[in-house]
Amino acid sequence: MADVNRGDRPLSPHASIYRWPLNSIMSILHRATGTAMTLAAVLIVWWFLAAATSPEYFAMVDGLLTSWLGDLVFFGSLLALWFHFFNGIRHLIWDTGAGFDDENVTRTAIGALVLAAVLTVITLIAI
Amino acid sequence: MSIKTDYKRVAGLGSAKDGTHHWWTQRLSSIALIPLTLLFVFTFGAHLGEGYEAVRAAYANPWNAVVAILFLIVGFHHLMQGLQVVIEDYVHGKAGVVLLILNTLLCWGFAIAGVFAVAKIAFGA
Repeated sequence: MADVNRGDRPLSPHASIYRWPLNSIMSILHRATGTAMTLAAVLIVWWFLAAATSPEYFAMVDGLLTSWLGDLVFFGSLLALWFHFFNGIRHLIWDTGAGFDDENVTRTAIGALVLAAVLTVITLIAI
Repeated sequence: MSIKTDYKRVAGLGSAKDGTHHWWTQRLSSIALIPLTLLFVFTFGAHLGEGYEAVRAAYANPWNAVVAILFLIVGFHHLMQGLQVVIEDYVHGKAGVVLLILNTLLCWGFAIAGVFAVAKIAFGA
């Protein structure tokens, strides 16, 4: 085996040129978004604690959360939330045993991405 | 060579017996979070930046307060279970154990702190 010429054979997969299937991107994004929302969850608790503490302390925390940095964090978290929301519904459907064929998997992946974007826009308009 | 069976080698070393319960409670919390997320996000989003009095008045409303409390309990439980799986998959050895302990303690801590804060506002103290 050691003298087999491996020099001119295609090697696979090379991470740098590997085209990720859409569904693996959805899968890793599900974990990434879930983990990332930890920050927003902690900030929301801090905000409620501030509102239960005093007007001065609340003004400080509310000011921080509505600063450009806070806006950025909550905008990202909103996108993450709706992505995780709709992709989570895909997982719940799969848990019933349905929708595992390639066509459905791709279609619902695109559907979840579109719905996540739409709900993010709707939320930004509504609030 | 050991004559122990595979079961005997792993029995008592963790993992066994609570995987299904973990899986099932994660699904239960997912289902609960569908309506709770929709109800919480729009109320919270609308009041973020509205000022102290407006926020206190909003969460003095029992409906808003109950939604926020349910969202915090179910949400942090779901977060804790999700982070647990992520830690188990990617962090090994002692660091993983430390993170798992911190995850459990902090998720419960933040959840209960949040519930207390909302309740305090709702009860008007």
